[in-house]
Amino acid sequence: MPAPQIPDSPYSLGTIRRAESSPTGLVFNIMRCAIHDGPGIRTTVFFKGCPLTCLWCHNPEHRLDLPAILWDAGRCIGCGTCVASCPTGACRRKEGEIGIDPSCCRRCGRCAEVCPTEALERLSRRIEIEELLAILERDRPFFEEGGGGVTFSGGEPFAQPAFLLAALDACGARGFHRAVDTSGYTEPALLAAAAGMTELFLFDLKLIDPARHRRAVGVDNRLILRNLVSLAEKQVDLIVRIPLIPGVNDGADDLAAAGAFIARLPRRPPVDLLPYHRAADGKYRSLKLPVPLPNTEAPCPEAVEEAARRLSAYGLEVRIGG
Amino acid sequence: MTPRIERLRARSLETPVSLSIERALLVTDAARRHGGRYSTPVLRALIFRDLLAEKTIFLGEDELIVGERGPAPKAVPTFPEWTCHSPEDLRVLDSRPRTAYRVAPEDIARYATEVIPFWEGRTVRERIFAELTPEWRAAYDAGVFTEFLEQRAPGHTALDGLIYRRGLRDLQAEIAASLAALDDLTDPEVRDRAEQLRAMDIACEAVIAFAGRHAARAEEQAARQPDPVRRAELRRIAAVCRRVPAHPPRDFWEALQAYWFVHLAVITELNGWDAMSPGHLDQHLQPFYDQGLREGSLTREQAKELLACFWIKVNNHPAPPKVGVTAKESGTYNDFTQVNLGGLTPDGGSGASALTELILEVASELRLLQPQPSLHLSRITPERYLLAACRVIREGNGWPSVFNADLVVQELLAAGKSLEDAREGGTSGCIETGAFGKEAYILTGYLNVPKLLEFALNDGCDLRTGNPIGLRTGKAETFPGFDRLYGAFEAQLRWAVDLKVGGSHRIERIVARTCPAPFLSVLIRDCIARGRDYTDGGPRYNTSFIACVGIGTTVDALSAIRTHVFEKAALPLPRLVQALARDFAGEEPLRLTLRNRTPRYGNDDERADRLLERVYGSLLRAIDGRPNTRGGRWHLNLLSTTCHVYFGRMLAASADGRHAGEPVSDGASPAPGADRAGPTAVLRSLARIDQSRSGGTLLNLRFLPDFLKSERDLAKLAQLIRTYFRLHGHHVQFNIVDDATLRRAQEHPREYRDLLVRVAGYSDFFVDLDPGIQEEIIRRTAHRGG
Repeated sequence: MPAPQIPDSPYSLGTIRRAESSPTGLVFNIMRCAIHDGPGIRTTVFFKGCPLTCLWCHNPEHRLDLPAILWDAGRCIGCGTCVASCPTGACRRKEGEIGIDPSCCRRCGRCAEVCPTEALERLSRRIEIEELLAILERDRPFFEEGGGGVTFSGGEPFAQPAFLLAALDACGARGFHRAVDTSGYTEPALLAAAAGMTELFLFDLKLIDPARHRRAVGVDNRLILRNLVSLAEKQVDLIVRIPLIPGVNDGADDLAAAGAFIARLPRRPPVDLLPYHRAADGKYRSLKLPVPLPNTEAPCPEAVEEAARRLSAYGLEVRIGG
Repeated sequence: MTPRIERLRARSLETPVSLSIERALLVTDAARRHGGRYSTPVLRALIFRDLLAEKTIFLGEDELIVGERGPAPKAVPTFPEWTCHSPEDLRVLDSRPRTAYRVAPEDIARYATEVIPFWEGRTVRERIFAELTPEWRAAYDAGVFTEFLEQRAPGHTALDGLIYRRGLRDLQAEIAASLAALDDLTDPEVRDRAEQLRAMDIACEAVIAFAGRHAARAEEQAARQPDPVRRAELRRIAAVCRRVPAHPPRDFWEALQAYWFVHLAVITELNGWDAMSPGHLDQHLQPFYDQGLREGSLTREQAKELLACFWIKVNNHPAPPKVGVTAKESGTYNDFTQVNLGGLTPDGGSGASALTELILEVASELRLLQPQPSLHLSRITPERYLLAACRVIREGNGWPSVFNADLVVQELLAAGKSLEDAREGGTSGCIETGAFGKEAYILTGYLNVPKLLEFALNDGCDLRTGNPIGLRTGKAETFPGFDRLYGAFEAQLRWAVDLKVGGSHRIERIVARTCPAPFLSVLIRDCIARGRDYTDGGPRYNTSFIACVGIGTTVDALSAIRTHVFEKAALPLPRLVQALARDFAGEEPLRLTLRNRTPRYGNDDERADRLLERVYGSLLRAIDGRPNTRGGRWHLNLLSTTCHVYFGRMLAASADGRHAGEPVSDGASPAPGADRAGPTAVLRSLARIDQSRSGGTLLNLRFLPDFLKSERDLAKLAQLIRTYFRLHGHHVQFNIVDDATLRRAQEHPREYRDLLVRVAGYSDFFVDLDPGIQEEIIRRTAHRGG
């Protein structure tokens, strides 16, 4: 079977926002006992930063334009412990609200540490490889029971390529099963480097139509598709994940295009169909961001089954859920 | 579910729980007639004989397995010889909003004239309270510990395979041989042994006659029955009741009925805690099941229907009514019959079989309050049985709970049991480890561990009442460092355990001398050979347990004090003590800092988990291995039933930021909401302590339903369980429910009548729970799948 044809397209590295090139990472969460991010029981590391701007993004905490520390009015009891603890005077109370002046905030996180009610929450933290390994070691017995390990997710893990590659390398040395959950929007050379140090890619595929892809996620998809083809040629486990977003990519044509594309890959990876849900609405509200796709409802189970059937028609193994 | 089972199930669920005074009247009459003429064991056996000979026999429509303790299903007798309810008690039982027992006003009047006057001053309960010291009583009233035996007899018993191999006639022959071997010349206890053995023989005869009455009733009904199908069933029932339990069962039906008669007899003789359990029911029934299928005399569906009939029989028997503190520590209709599934065979093989899955299927379809199944998972248990159990767990009834069969064996070996006896052992009640059929392992009560920290901070003073109750260990402001405070806590702990153990030694003797259990003694190995009662060191093994409650709250409170008072030096100890005494009035930032800015147990955080090890070590040193009066030893377990709510009510505010009166942590679980790092962190935290030195630990985990949607998710639940057990965890059980469902159930209890949730080592209907327990369950951390 011939490989799918993708026209050449120049891409600019400038579209990939590299948050950091030193081998420390900026993460917004490290979740132990994640069960939907690859085989077995896993620890998922959520990287800050992503070059895509998907309308349905379920992890808006990845955004780099968010404040370092978030204040939750509902939890605040106005005790002023944070203001008293701030070494630079950046943390202030104004008209009953706690605000942090970014011009003098050193991002030390002291205010969030002392807050009795957890009304102040750090939205990101910098982590070193050794610290990450220590967290992973804690769940090693759970990983070993069912082929679990670490999943790098985000955000986009390739948004911090140096840290990602260093972390993959260090995790490999400790024998952890490594998964990378990526949008595929990255330099082919980086992807190739990561592929040599990764057991499993969870590769997101949103839309095949280039124009609609650009509208829905903000970037061209030719790089993504090319990367998917090249990964399918490599000796690494691969699962394609299709988020099923009503009105965006759930049409018969879109599913047919996706099914045909995956079926023509050098090998046929299994497909996870991830139905859209509104569970992230609360996160948007607490981040004071507008809730996206306000009129889109989660697809009904029948619609999900139907989408799965359409994809299966291309000879693919389709599973619902991650 | 067959139409027969649907009808029987509906009747069992819809019949309201009532209190029957029949047993009390018959026992009183028998005690009056026989009293003063016989030794205590023989007197007890004669009362038992007359009771079984005269009580109402119930044989209902559709039934295949027969026999009721009361005159009808859900009619619960009283045990006035142990605790004689007052008319006021009976009125409270009749009218209380939860776990009520209907009592007819004329029955209350009859109780007052015919039962109460005879038993006044003679009950076990009165003897207990009369003999205990004022210091014991003051600690009991302050909520330092509870006393299991003040209202119910020693229990927590499960059987091994004895009754499936040997009938009561055979055991009577063994009793006769033991009597014949008594040595009048050298044995100073010869008369006691002789009387005990005679009592056992009378009790066997009584149970055989009881079965015979059911056979006769079935024959009468058959003679009048126009429907030939039911007529044939009744004749079969009659034949089964003529055979068992006098003789060993020959088929599946006889085996189940043999157990049921023995179960009924045990719970009629006395109101032992945790009723009675069949032990490894799948293993016991497997030979009969296999043989039936092989010979073509039994089908899977017939076996399933008989099992369902048995299941409904157990559900027909709510716990005997409890009042006062005992009702608070265990407020439920559930009488804790636990069915162990899987596990190990005595020779070390896997005990799981097709019957394991069939029994899970029955439990899942019937969704009854009791009995409650547990899966005993060994390293060698095939994965399919674990996955079958996980599938039932996903249904959200809270069962089966899952036990580590290999660790249970280790626990039993560590407590001195032989390897074979350990493998044939398991868990009964909630999570209590025992050598089935060979051990009296008696829970004596719960210990309020955080209360002892309250005493340590207040020089032995009870903050709720201001009374000096505990030891004078010094004013907190004089403590120079954390270790001094910890020393004071340990001293209070030793004091409380000494008081509890000392009291229990008196109580053990009172029970053995006034209320022996000759029939139960026939069933538990070595009682016949020793000529001694179950309550008096007759069994091969004799353990006394203290159940330690609130270890999570204690660890968090100690961690908060160490962190904020001693390490950060941000909080003077006297100020903390004062804030606790005032329930944090005007100190909300302090309370929340203690709650949210302290390393807490359940997060795989070494700072807290080392304290857990330390507290557990102190509990072991205070309790483990001390001799009791029955030739056995004291052990501890970490279990609370509903006592963590009662103990919380008896406790002032604690240094973990818990308000006065709020529940303390349940079982061995983290305090509600303290665990925030996910289930693997909880499991790792608890796995830090050497659970093989306990008689069981209880861990509740709650998941949101989205955690367990697909078959792949089930496999991951299985991995969590397997890993916890590889880390030497004893037990884990799951609630699969979200907050919204529980809140809706609080608002519309009628619509959620059948919502089962895991409470402690058992599930209960959510709407039947005390509001304090309902809130505590909602506050437990709900894990999601990410």
